[in-house]
Amino acid sequence: MKFSIYRYNPDTDSRPKMQEYDLEIPEGSDMMLLDALVMLKDKDPSLTFRRACREGICGSDGMNINGKNGLACITPLSKLGKKVTIRPLPGLPVVRDLVVDMAQFYRQYEKVKPYLQNRNEPPARERLQSPEDRAKLDGLYECILCACCSTSCPSFWWNPDKFVGPAGLLQAYRFLADSRDTEKDARLADLDDAYSVFRCRGIMNCVSVCPKGLNPTKAIGHVRSMLLSRGV
Amino acid sequence: MVTTVTSLGRSGLHDWVIQRLSAIVMALFTFYLIWFFASNPHINYELWNAFFSSTLVKGFGILTIILMSLHIWVGMWIVSTDYLKPLSIRLIFQALLVIYCLAIIFWGIQIFWGV
Repeated sequence: MKFSIYRYNPDTDSRPKMQEYDLEIPEGSDMMLLDALVMLKDKDPSLTFRRACREGICGSDGMNINGKNGLACITPLSKLGKKVTIRPLPGLPVVRDLVVDMAQFYRQYEKVKPYLQNRNEPPARERLQSPEDRAKLDGLYECILCACCSTSCPSFWWNPDKFVGPAGLLQAYRFLADSRDTEKDARLADLDDAYSVFRCRGIMNCVSVCPKGLNPTKAIGHVRSMLLSRGV
Repeated sequence: MVTTVTSLGRSGLHDWVIQRLSAIVMALFTFYLIWFFASNPHINYELWNAFFSSTLVKGFGILTIILMSLHIWVGMWIVSTDYLKPLSIRLIFQALLVIYCLAIIFWGIQIFWGV
């Protein structure tokens, strides 16, 4: 199987290049792309990428696979064709090879204050929630922050310092939808500018690439509706 | 919260609502014009003049021109903040954009009201 992989070491390379690799895949095996990358790294130890859990939980190995962002550890080689082209996640600075600097992505995540805020006196044990209210968080809390969505979003490419991006907005709605959170108005006020939410043009790249099958566009629609009902 | 000074509205919601509202009015005016042309296949100057002389068309037309300018302002401002990165070029473009939109409003009012 042929691989074309983005290589860039800022210490030694003046510019990035695509490096070709050949790899013998055992007949009848259906390994994941991450397994192939690990085998390639055995042959060429300079090849650099992030990985940890190897089962789609940690979100470390997000990369651009044949033009579409995804997690290498849950992408079967059998679905990738004869030649696989791998690049780092688009739109973020490359640290080395397939490793990107996620600082900008985390800054946007931090902006939405992704934690429960409640001004009321804490109860003796825990803040309770009805099963119905808890169900409203399904499809929101599962995000693993792999950045596949935000780095597939042109609005995030053009304004990564101002547009919160799909991952951050999914979390923004996760806390806006939480019955235990008392800071909805302040959260919405922070989002009501020309960039943070409204730069989303609804092209749904984020939905198309999310390895967890989440729907940030729908969450952004809910945030817009909340802003609308607050503003009129 | 990101602060902007050259956008039309002072909030994202404001721009978003104006863009959608203006799109609806522009679509209605377009349908109105299509209806006029469709129901008058042999159009001449008298018909044309009578149509645009009515207060309804004047008012509707001026409203559409104003909202179309605001629509352009919001839309092109977004395009400029996406694609024009050098500050000087972006600022000049946005200044010209505002002048252009205001000029369209005044020129449009003059044309519609002058019939």
